Amino acid sequence: MANDKIIVEENTRPDQVPKRIAIFPERISARFETEKPPEKLVMSFPHLIIREVICLQLVVIVVALIALFFNAPLEELANPQHTPNPAKAPWYFLGLQELLHAFPPLVAGVLIPFLVVVALVVIPYFKINIKREGLWLNAPNQTFIVFTISVWAVIILTLFMDTFSVAIPSILLYGLAVMPYFNKKENRFLLWLGRRSLSEWIMIWFVTVATVLTLIGTFFRGQSWSWVWPWQ
Amino acid sequence: MQSKPWRSVFRTALPIKTNLDRSLVMFNSLALHIQPVKVRERAIRFSYTFYLGMISFFLFMVLVVTGILLMLYYQPAIPNAYENMKDLQYVVSSGIFLRNLHRWAAHLMVISVFLHMLRVFFAGAYRPPREFNWVIGVLLLLLTLLLSYTGYLLPYDQLAYWAVTVGSNIVKYVPIIGKNIRFVLLGGNTIGEYTLVRFYVLHCVVLPLFITSLIALHFWRIRKDGGLY
Ligand code: HEM
Repeated sequence: MANDKIIVEENTRPDQVPKRIAIFPERISARFETEKPPEKLVMSFPHLIIREVICLQLVVIVVALIALFFNAPLEELANPQHTPNPAKAPWYFLGLQELLHAFPPLVAGVLIPFLVVVALVVIPYFKINIKREGLWLNAPNQTFIVFTISVWAVIILTLFMDTFSVAIPSILLYGLAVMPYFNKKENRFLLWLGRRSLSEWIMIWFVTVATVLTLIGTFFRGQSWSWVWPWQ
Repeated sequence: MQSKPWRSVFRTALPIKTNLDRSLVMFNSLALHIQPVKVRERAIRFSYTFYLGMISFFLFMVLVVTGILLMLYYQPAIPNAYENMKDLQYVVSSGIFLRNLHRWAAHLMVISVFLHMLRVFFAGAYRPPREFNWVIGVLLLLLTLLLSYTGYLLPYDQLAYWAVTVGSNIVKYVPIIGKNIRFVLLGGNTIGEYTLVRFYVLHCVVLPLFITSLIALHFWRIRKDGGLY
């Protein structure tokens, strides 16, 4: 609103303060959305409320069913003298713990989580994430060179560190991302791939790698963090 | 339903017949008036949000209710905390059910909040003017993880102890102040009685207060930013 010229009547007497103030912005700032065409509205009561009530009931029922059939784990009393092997963090941190075995702790434990949080926070403040044009829309040849070099720099680094759990999903996703560049056929899958923007590819990559690492940490790690199969 | 006592409690007269009455149901209620009287039909479809924000919120409500009940049986001391877990299992009626509800709702909340974030991302719903609500969301995700993590220690069994050890060892590697942060967090150099009390206070008082306030801010911003994207 900084550039808007606002005309407001000043009056310090409470009983004379106007009930409504009209503000006439000199120009519509780009921050605000352009007006949307009118959409169909429904009354919140009952249409929204009924959905909320049913949703609450389903949540309670599902949690109650799980709680009936599966008991929360409880092992022996904590014993600082007796370290279990392996000692695992809660499952949502197992991706990080998995990384800790590949990278130095300062990188895996501090730098990477910090960068992830920063990256998430700044998403809405970058134009590229607002526009989100398909990766190959503008200057596909240049895009291909820059994209390939940067992605393979990461992949080679992870191969160098023996983190195949990161490298393999990255290579597969790279393959998917460049497919529309090579293959111009117009089937639905390729069109869908072609519409993905750089931001979406990065998010898809992040979620895939995080999921793979978490699954490996949860199900495929045994004594001294060695590889085991879940059925072993 | 038009009796004087009814009208003294509920501001809306029954029966509800017109759209004006329906508006007043929302408008006159403290709990409901944070939501608009009318919503876009598209925005309340399941396929649009998968109701993931809503589900996260309801899971949080389940966690508050079961958490308060669990507090009635819990002492943050060694070995009482652990014995309390055994009592929940073998002495308290439905105690294990209560504990299970809290545990599984907590895991589900981590998942649903994360999926909600993904849905918002792929919908591009962080676009202006919703940038700041996205930032609040990231904080909510972090708070959800911290709540889950601090709660993990409270049963004080082997699982809890070593999981929290693994996590708190990472804090050591924060440059310069890492060791100090860890000391403050644990109330000592290793996990012990003071860690339990600290995590208990964080888990039952501090973090819930933060997350409740931020959820309120989150919802308020959804409305101020013009409803769902
Ligand atoms: C405790 C955790 C959270 C709760 C209870 C919560 C709750 C909600 C609810 C009920 C909505 C309405 C739409 C829907 O149901 O999807 C919503 C929308 C939204 N949430 Fe969350 N949320 C949480 C975490 C997050 C996170 C982690 C993010 C992102 C990082 C986020 C970003 C947003 C945004 C940007 C909107 C507006 C979406 C739109 O306009 O379409 N929230 N949230």
